[in-house]
Amino acid sequence: MKYLGIDPIKPKIAVFDFTSCEGCELQLANKEDTLAGFLNAVEIVTFREISSAASDDYDIAFIEGAISRSDEITRLMDIRKKAKVLVALGSCACFGGVNRMKNAYDLNQANREVYGKIAKETLPVRSVKEIVPVDLEIHGCPVSKAEVERIVQHLVWDIPYTQPVYPVCFECKQRYATCSFDLGQLCLGPITRGGCGAPCPVGGLSCWGCRGPSEDPNYEEFFRIANEYGYGDDEIEERLNFFGGFEGVR
Amino acid sequence: MKINLDVDVHHLTRVEGHGNIHVKVKNGKLLEARWDVVETPRYFEVMLKGKHYSSAAPLTARICGICSFSHTLASLRATEAAFGVEIPEAAAILRLLAKHGETLQSHALHLFFLAAPDFLDVPSAIPLMESHPEVVAIALRLKGLGNKICDVVGGRQTHPVSLQVGGVAAMPTGLPDLPPVLEEALEDLASTVELFKTFQLPDFVRETEFVSLRANGDGYPFIGSDLISTDGVLKAEADYLAMTNEYVDGNNTSKWCRLSRDSFAVGALARLNNNYAQLRPEAQAVAGELGLAPVNHNPFMNNVAQLVECVHIAHDSLDLIDQLADMKSAPTMVEVKYRAGEGVSAVEAPRGILYHHYKYNKDGKITKANCVIPTTQNNANIHNDMRALVEQFATEKGMTNERLELLCSMLVRAYDPCISCSVH
Repeated sequence: MKYLGIDPIKPKIAVFDFTSCEGCELQLANKEDTLAGFLNAVEIVTFREISSAASDDYDIAFIEGAISRSDEITRLMDIRKKAKVLVALGSCACFGGVNRMKNAYDLNQANREVYGKIAKETLPVRSVKEIVPVDLEIHGCPVSKAEVERIVQHLVWDIPYTQPVYPVCFECKQRYATCSFDLGQLCLGPITRGGCGAPCPVGGLSCWGCRGPSEDPNYEEFFRIANEYGYGDDEIEERLNFFGGFEGVR
Repeated sequence: MKINLDVDVHHLTRVEGHGNIHVKVKNGKLLEARWDVVETPRYFEVMLKGKHYSSAAPLTARICGICSFSHTLASLRATEAAFGVEIPEAAAILRLLAKHGETLQSHALHLFFLAAPDFLDVPSAIPLMESHPEVVAIALRLKGLGNKICDVVGGRQTHPVSLQVGGVAAMPTGLPDLPPVLEEALEDLASTVELFKTFQLPDFVRETEFVSLRANGDGYPFIGSDLISTDGVLKAEADYLAMTNEYVDGNNTSKWCRLSRDSFAVGALARLNNNYAQLRPEAQAVAGELGLAPVNHNPFMNNVAQLVECVHIAHDSLDLIDQLADMKSAPTMVEVKYRAGEGVSAVEAPRGILYHHYKYNKDGKITKANCVIPTTQNNANIHNDMRALVEQFATEKGMTNERLELLCSMLVRAYDPCISCSVH
């Protein structure tokens, strides 16, 4: 589509899915009021979930999902070779996501429980950056389309963008939500990276940390507060491990 | 007559998840017609073990990015059944409204973005922005409305936060915004019906057993009730294992299911085939206009059944919002006391009946979990349909590899499979 009679230069975008629910890709097709403009700013050349057209010639590759099988490693390395910019889209790609909880169990036993005698191939879950270099990460489970739009504007027109360094707590206060701790819920808002606009605490559920740690989080103080509100160490640990972003913190 | 056909599709497009199609016809003889799911397994049932009851719904929502509300509802109800929790009436209405939002969003996504391009001879909906801007505008409005309902009631469009064990976090403040948009949607749906009248569905019939929830006198069923099949099987919700009969196939990471026959089908067509009388008259009229009457055995008619359901949902949502207007100060949550126990829940996800089943210990932690997914129940049936489809069409005059590939792809897409969900 021309703008002021001129064909704009658009980056070629490809979207790929690995071990995931494909919910982050779905967000790319959401926010319907600005979808036409979004699609007009880029040229989508590969996006298997919504298009039968496909091309190996692309500038930016969006990767959704964690990596948990050998064929996924091969496919990801091939995409890395072809892409100028590789973006990890969502918590599964950035941290392994909820899938990472699988790593706490014996995988042979897990296979027996689910598939009986006919075991299927599976590897411990890894994030994208544990396999190939990643240029940009978009956090969230799922990602926020508004944030994806800001990042795509950054990639297409070089409009400056940096990840928020402050925690979700900050945005939650801006929306006048009652503190989840005071509602009797364990909340990771004080240590989780903002940028989402705090939809969960506003909707009545505390922050579960899907966007991973904010910059320089004060873990010591967070654990003290959580303990003070009566949450035990195993409960805090179950929550920290939920999306994989806080691995090794405790 | 020497007919040789070869179809090899690696990672079928315009479906959720990863599946392959292989068809081989040599000298007019069908050697192979396969639908294989190759999605990477995630082992959700294993990850659920040892988790606190409050983690079950947020975790299982992540089984699916398209039907996360259905998973949330199935999960909450299974937990509530285990603990003997009865949710308030307002919460039950809100949950059904949220469910309608998801079904509308999911059906609109499938009908316009995944299925319609085949009928309009384009690779995706993107070129339709220039060739059929009015169709894209309708698609975006309908999908946007579904998402808006989810947002208002569930707090987010995907992976809801307001639906919790014990009910719904609060009476949503955005409900009054919805009726005007729903009224407009009725016009958009009428235009969509006209569009679908121009689509030529493949003329293919294979006698199939259809499984769904059964209406219990309170309208077309979406959340919990008895289980029924068109072959005459009737079971209680808690007896779901007798309905699903999962088994493992060597070529598939999704399990397969069977009941009275080799395979069965779930989804919009199955719901409609079992509960046509409970559809609203406006929806029945649309079914009539599009030539859909129960029991219909053409799998491509699932597209039409989804559209019929959208009409039902739009009308029903208006009624539900009306009922909620008189319940502004009604409770939406009850206190939850966990205990050792076991609970089963069946809900109709957009793609068909979905079951969650948990066992809890006295600390409110899961000791055993089982989730049976709609597409898991459909995969064997898609596979069997494909064989019959190829047998019927391979001998058609002028059949080519490309045309057969399109037919087989359209068959899979008609089921609107949620493949990563089916493997979970």
